[in-house]
Amino acid sequence: MKALKIRKLRKVYKNGFEALKGIDLTVDEGDFFALLGPNGAGKSTTIGIISSLVTKTEGVVKIFDVDIDEALETAKSFIGLVPQEINFSQFETPEQIVVNQAGYYGIDRPLAKERAERYLKQLGLWGKRHAPARTLSGGMKRRLMIARALIHQPRLLILDEPTAGVDIELRRSMWDFLREINRQGITIILTTHYLEEAESLCRNIAIIDHGNIIQYSTMKSLLAQLHVETFVLDLVSPVDKLPVIEDFEVRKIDDMTLEVDIEKRHTLNDLFAKLTEKKIKVMSMRNKANRLEELFIHLLGKKQ
Amino acid sequence: MNYWVAYKTIVYKEVSRFVRIWPQTILPPAVTMTLYFLIFGNLIGSRIGDMGGFSYMQYIAPGIIMMSVITNSYSNVVSSFYSAKFQKHIEEILVAPVPNWIILAGYVTGGVSRGLMVGFVVTSVALFFTHLQVHSSVITVMTVLGTSILFSLGGLINGAFAKSFDDISIVPVFILTPLTYLGGVFYSIDLLPDFWRHVSLYNPILYMVNAFRYGILGESDIGISVAFIVLSGFILILVATAMWVLNKGAGIKN
Repeated sequence: MKALKIRKLRKVYKNGFEALKGIDLTVDEGDFFALLGPNGAGKSTTIGIISSLVTKTEGVVKIFDVDIDEALETAKSFIGLVPQEINFSQFETPEQIVVNQAGYYGIDRPLAKERAERYLKQLGLWGKRHAPARTLSGGMKRRLMIARALIHQPRLLILDEPTAGVDIELRRSMWDFLREINRQGITIILTTHYLEEAESLCRNIAIIDHGNIIQYSTMKSLLAQLHVETFVLDLVSPVDKLPVIEDFEVRKIDDMTLEVDIEKRHTLNDLFAKLTEKKIKVMSMRNKANRLEELFIHLLGKKQ
Repeated sequence: MNYWVAYKTIVYKEVSRFVRIWPQTILPPAVTMTLYFLIFGNLIGSRIGDMGGFSYMQYIAPGIIMMSVITNSYSNVVSSFYSAKFQKHIEEILVAPVPNWIILAGYVTGGVSRGLMVGFVVTSVALFFTHLQVHSSVITVMTVLGTSILFSLGGLINGAFAKSFDDISIVPVFILTPLTYLGGVFYSIDLLPDFWRHVSLYNPILYMVNAFRYGILGESDIGISVAFIVLSGFILILVATAMWVLNKGAGIKN
């Protein structure tokens, strides 16, 4: 079954701006799906329409085969939304926010409280359950929105920039949590500006730009399109001048650091063999940019 | 989907909101109305004498109670709904499978609750100054309920269209307050010259104040059945408008 099916979706805002130009998109049940794009590309409009916060101009949206034009309430009951901006009352406590949200989905208070305890504990917020939401840190507020989105046990979880402004350690623990709930069968759609996040978590991907889907594939096949990767090499001893290494483009950053472009037809072994010939020893190496980031910039550049 | 739970949740949230901030919501009307009773009822009223067969204090008490019900029902919903929009937590309800009529009923019940609670507090204050006996409890209850429903509906519509905090005070300051003061709270329209008496009949608040005064004192400037027709008519119009606003997402959705 398809968790999400979008056909010819258009959105024209009152000021005449066409945010979506008839996009098609399908997300399989159980998928961990990335929806990427630059600011203003149409990601949040798409999510807004799916979660019925934005009224579409044209097109069809089906959530688990339920058309939002025919049975909106049923379709809504399948979705949990973690929006980009903080959108809970700053005067309520995490427990009140989560329990009230359950109430909007028709869940009785005793069951809502039981679930609130489970999700607040899982997301490390139980200790803050009675604190006014305005006193929570940025990361806690983001986690609170995840707990709130899960309280009615949705089949489709939509996360719009869930880790924006969250520190690395916390981001990693949120990734683990999301992987776990995805393993339990919840379909996840993720938008993010951290492309490392999308690469690490998602199996399928769509890239949206200027209201059009410009790339729609599996993460694997998308990354396979990457022809050149750039690595930064930290050397054991300094080099005086830029070494010439056949088949590889090398740039000297400083005496102890080189940057090398490696085309897909070559391997790292080829590079290291040639470095060894030149008696250049490498202490450590890293990707200059995230692979998906390189592709993303390449794809957007190509379209423009 | 259990709509009853969703409705209870909205009401619970609304009532807890105004109870939590009671120094801003319950206390000020009590203080203001005490001043009205003290100045208009006690100091000035004692020189005015009787009106409609009652002491001036007794005559104005129902109008003052009604004024506080109107103001508080309206301001509860307008401020709560606009704040929910402003802080974006209205989205919590909009993404959930809650039908619009439940959202409307929940917010209106919140407004009615505050209107009635403040009305009760002001009535208690009034009893310090004068003696009140209920002439018809059915008419009293129906009028106060109908009026608080009507102004809660008005508050929601205003809150939906408001784009700034200024917009939520325009209607109370420039429309509600003048209409209430000119709606026979402090005087009988029989005292007015014919022209102004006829103009007053176009003020819907006149009918609510008089119906409530009839419920308490058994005295009214206008027919009770006319008052209820006007009240019901306005409620129907505002229910239809509020439902249109919510269904269309006017002022709420993009």
